[in-house]
Amino acid sequence: MRWRRLWVALLLLPSLGGCSGIQTSLGGDGADGASFIRLFTIFLVVCGIMYLLVVAALAVAIGRRRDGGRRALTVDNGSHHESSPLVRSALVGWGALIAVGLIALTIASFFTDRSAAARARHSSFAVKIIANQWWWDVIYTTPDSSKIVHTANELHLPVGVEAEVELQSNDVIHSFWVPNLAGKQDLIPGRTTDIQLLPTRTGLYRAQCAEFCGTQHANMALVVTVESKADFLNWIAQQRRPAFAPASRLELAGYRYVTTRECSSCHNITGTPAGGQIGPDLTHLASRRTLAAGTLPMNRGNLYGWVADPQSQKPGSQMPTIGLAPNDLHAVVAYLERLK
Amino acid sequence: MSSLCRNSLILMTAFALLAGCDREARDVRGKPFGETVPGPSPDTIFPGGAPRGALDPRLAAYGRNAYAISQGQQLFIRMNCVGCHAHGGGGMGPALMDAQWRYGGRIDQIAATIAEGRPNGMPSWRGKLTNQQIWQLAAFVRSLSGQEPKDAVSARADELSNTPPETQTRREPVMPADSAQQ
Repeated sequence: MRWRRLWVALLLLPSLGGCSGIQTSLGGDGADGASFIRLFTIFLVVCGIMYLLVVAALAVAIGRRRDGGRRALTVDNGSHHESSPLVRSALVGWGALIAVGLIALTIASFFTDRSAAARARHSSFAVKIIANQWWWDVIYTTPDSSKIVHTANELHLPVGVEAEVELQSNDVIHSFWVPNLAGKQDLIPGRTTDIQLLPTRTGLYRAQCAEFCGTQHANMALVVTVESKADFLNWIAQQRRPAFAPASRLELAGYRYVTTRECSSCHNITGTPAGGQIGPDLTHLASRRTLAAGTLPMNRGNLYGWVADPQSQKPGSQMPTIGLAPNDLHAVVAYLERLK
Repeated sequence: MSSLCRNSLILMTAFALLAGCDREARDVRGKPFGETVPGPSPDTIFPGGAPRGALDPRLAAYGRNAYAISQGQQLFIRMNCVGCHAHGGGGMGPALMDAQWRYGGRIDQIAATIAEGRPNGMPSWRGKLTNQQIWQLAAFVRSLSGQEPKDAVSARADELSNTPPETQTRREPVMPADSAQQ
């Protein structure tokens, strides 16, 4: 029996590996995340010490031998009101400890809150994120409207630059949460909310919708890439280009299908007649890491599966199964792969 | 245990069992796979009488299906039907919430109208929407004049609206020539 328990414990050990990585609130890869971890540590230490003291007092009380009725404190002789001076001073000390601990926690959380609010005042660039069932629309807004970058399910941020993220929702309440960088912020239909992200370390992080929003809530993820400023500028320059023209005959057939049939009713591809504004922008689809809001990694096989029958990959999603003929499917996938 | 107590317990259990009832099936993919919309053949419109022959079984499947109607409601705004028909009241295009159906008021007839387009401005959506989407849209358009059951239509409008919700819409009479009511 004991051996079996040990085995279970050993088997569960690797699951601790999930605690570090691309989606953890203990990552501390952003300024907000780091100050949260500091606060968390202070709370953990203070509460841990108090907990240990309580448990120790309890253990002493349980373990103490009774004096067998000789000095028993009973109601009859009225002596139960009196406690020894040692116990009395211990109780006074205990009360003082609680007061000091609570004041320390309040001060710590006040200053964490203030520092976050102070950071929010000087953000240097703005990103607009619009949540939909079940994907993220990401728009890099600039005063020059010809330079607006429109992408989906992928957020790129330069390291060490405060980004002001404006949040909106098109249908139901969603919640934006990049655990490595900051806390959660709800996206509410008909209202604009915002959150500030200041990444301090480059890396690849995963964000997840944190408010149940329908059948495919679990498959509503956002890939966050934090990169150096130069890499970020390269990426944004690449995203500003219109879509590549089809290069082969197969790609041309796919281009014709995408721009004239069902696809273009919902999807936009900059530089082509496809101008739908309902689904994710496909202009640089093949340059992204994932398909269908983090449901599938981007590769040719998944692209075939997704285009052929999205309702088997992500049942209930807004992308309908068209039932493409094999020739059209090959052509459409060839063209989509061209959209680097 | 008193008989009143026992009876109410039995009643409550019976009510709890009601939760197991499936109201409808949510068909996300559209069956059968190669679903078709009826073509513009003249036999979908009959002068002065009900059509002969059996009606399409999908009429019932889409008509009383809350999922299909609500998907259609989303498409109605997304595909900019609103641009001409407003939110059912009509504008550049005819009103959809009244008793008049120029090309038939059954779902299959509305689906044919959406798929094929009609003279004087109604564009053809064949190949721009999947057939399943066209049927969903048709189911919603039919519900605009109060034809669908109250438990299937959406109680909430997607747009800012000064009219009562669809569940409160009065059912417009359908002329026998317009539609064969079963």
